[in-house]
Amino acid sequence: MAIFVNENTKVIVQGLTGGQGKFHGLRNRAYGTNVVGGVTPGKGGQDVEGIPVFDSVADAVKATGADASFIAVPPKAAAAAILEAAKAGITFIVCITEGIPAQDEAKVFNTLLRDYPKVRLLGPNCPGIISPGKCNIGITAGEIAELPSAKGPNVGIVSRSGTLTYQALYELKQQGIGVSTCVGIGGDPVPGTSFVDCLAEFQKDPETHAIIMIGEIGGSAEEEAAEFIKANVTKPMSAYIAGVTAPAGKKMGHAGAIVSGGKGTAQGKMDALREAGVQIGLNPTEAGALMAEIVKGLK
Amino acid sequence: MDLFEYQGKQYFAKFGIPVSAGGVAVTVDEAVKVADASQYPVVVKAQVQVGGRGKAGGIKLANNADEVRLHAGNILGMDIKGHVVKRIWVEHASDIDEEYYASFSLDRAAKMHLLMLSAQGGVEIEEVAEKDPDAIVKLYINPVDGLSEKVARQAAVDAKIPAKALEGVAKILVQLYDCFTAGDCDLAEINPLILKPTGEVHALDAKVSLDGNAEYRHPEWAEYSATEELDDREQLAREKGLQYIGLSGTVGIIANGAGLAMSTLDVVNQVGGTAANFLDIGGGANADQMAAALEVINFDKDVKSIFINIFGGITRGEEVAKGIVEAMKRVDLRAPIVIRLDGTNAEEGREILASAGIPESKLMSKPTMLEAARAAVALANGK
Repeated sequence: MAIFVNENTKVIVQGLTGGQGKFHGLRNRAYGTNVVGGVTPGKGGQDVEGIPVFDSVADAVKATGADASFIAVPPKAAAAAILEAAKAGITFIVCITEGIPAQDEAKVFNTLLRDYPKVRLLGPNCPGIISPGKCNIGITAGEIAELPSAKGPNVGIVSRSGTLTYQALYELKQQGIGVSTCVGIGGDPVPGTSFVDCLAEFQKDPETHAIIMIGEIGGSAEEEAAEFIKANVTKPMSAYIAGVTAPAGKKMGHAGAIVSGGKGTAQGKMDALREAGVQIGLNPTEAGALMAEIVKGLK
Repeated sequence: MDLFEYQGKQYFAKFGIPVSAGGVAVTVDEAVKVADASQYPVVVKAQVQVGGRGKAGGIKLANNADEVRLHAGNILGMDIKGHVVKRIWVEHASDIDEEYYASFSLDRAAKMHLLMLSAQGGVEIEEVAEKDPDAIVKLYINPVDGLSEKVARQAAVDAKIPAKALEGVAKILVQLYDCFTAGDCDLAEINPLILKPTGEVHALDAKVSLDGNAEYRHPEWAEYSATEELDDREQLAREKGLQYIGLSGTVGIIANGAGLAMSTLDVVNQVGGTAANFLDIGGGANADQMAAALEVINFDKDVKSIFINIFGGITRGEEVAKGIVEAMKRVDLRAPIVIRLDGTNAEEGREILASAGIPESKLMSKPTMLEAARAAVALANGK
């Protein structure tokens, strides 16, 4: 088991013939992901190292039976690409594109919600998702993810930041702790998939025994997660929130990472999570070490 | 990107929102010229991106050219909470019957647009929210549906906007929503939105924050970025295309990834140091990017040590290490570097750094983030 994706997931890459799409699409395939096709309008009939390219997502789905899409197109084209995938019947969309205008994101999110309620969008501006040994969609280096063990305990990871996701994977690998699934939800203001969505899945997943959550300043996603954890999550958790020292009113690299009007501070988020019974590390290493302790107790 | 009031008003005007006749001035003579053209009395307003301008003496009424000369002379160059006034906005002084508040923003929790409207304007909306929360109408708008004049009018009724102002307010709400969406704002706020004795509704102030991600479809924003208040370090970083935010500490920071960079600031703080900046070098971290980053850090005279925090994912440790060695040849650094290189092929990377012949007084490698932070802070504190 894993959440959202597994060894049966069939993936197409929108933008496979572009620099990013080709690089990461081929890496994903090399990891063992079932990459069945690519989409670039006007390049249908070509192939990228044996992966067939189609003119549209609809053509690709028809020919390959794909159910997931990896979107690696520029910001201008991303919103349309997401909706095209949803319309063609793709049910799991990973969009790594950084720099999509917030207005477009809000519109896409609400269009999916209304017209394609069964579609899950991960991102935009996210590193993607990896279920180690089964499926890797996105830009995560597969080799830093420890395979889950059959008897567990295994850890689920959910994070708003790319490099901190890798950091978390790495910390667990150092300790030899297996990972069920690692989800990067992305640092934008309107993510398609939230912490709560992932926590709900991890709670249900029999292969996940504990959860690490990595948040950052801005918005209220961590506070909403804390409420959800209090009511619904029984699996032990550790967390880290980046940006304790970030100055107010500045976007810290990610479009969504901003403290405004005294809201969205790291301290507020840590307090909320702590109150929900989550163990808080003051840096990523500490969160990893806390998880190692938790896992020891589960064995 | 936050706009100055005058830019916000000019932006509003593009969407048909009524604003006072006026103009921007950078000298006293220019101010008089604008005032003469705007009809007296006029208001002379300091253009700074900080609240409390009025209390600080940055907003003055002038009845004639001499008064404009006096006030403009005082306000230009004035320091308001650390912001030096470089420009003033001069506009015809409006007669005010009533003051309202209106804003559109993105509610991240609801993932919808949020209209906030109140018949109590002219004061900080946070103040109203605290004293009399019922005085603020909050309306969530699905971005797929948009805002119709009918819905806007109902919101105005709910906010107890008097009947004589309803039409005017509803019309401006629709225009402001258009500005917010088509104009790609993070925030579009009018406070106060005034009712004049003549019955017209009118934006007396403008607070506009633009979404940087939408810059590609707004070539007209170029003039706004030109006036953005960056310090010299931030200016240099922008020229080099780096994600940089200047801070006031002594440890220069370079990290790959926004989250890791934020985290690096936190860890430096935890071990008793202060960060001089936030700098996300991105995923690649090759020699060119590293050299550019080091140049910007080196430009900051307060920097006493440099903490490079790199986690290799797809970018391998040895590539990062080669990049650093090459960059150090190009930039003559004043401060020593402490590097933490971890992740994919980190050991190979550390070996390259160790065998590059750079003395430890200039480049020190530490295996973990915490140890590296301690070393960098010790160097910065002269220990």
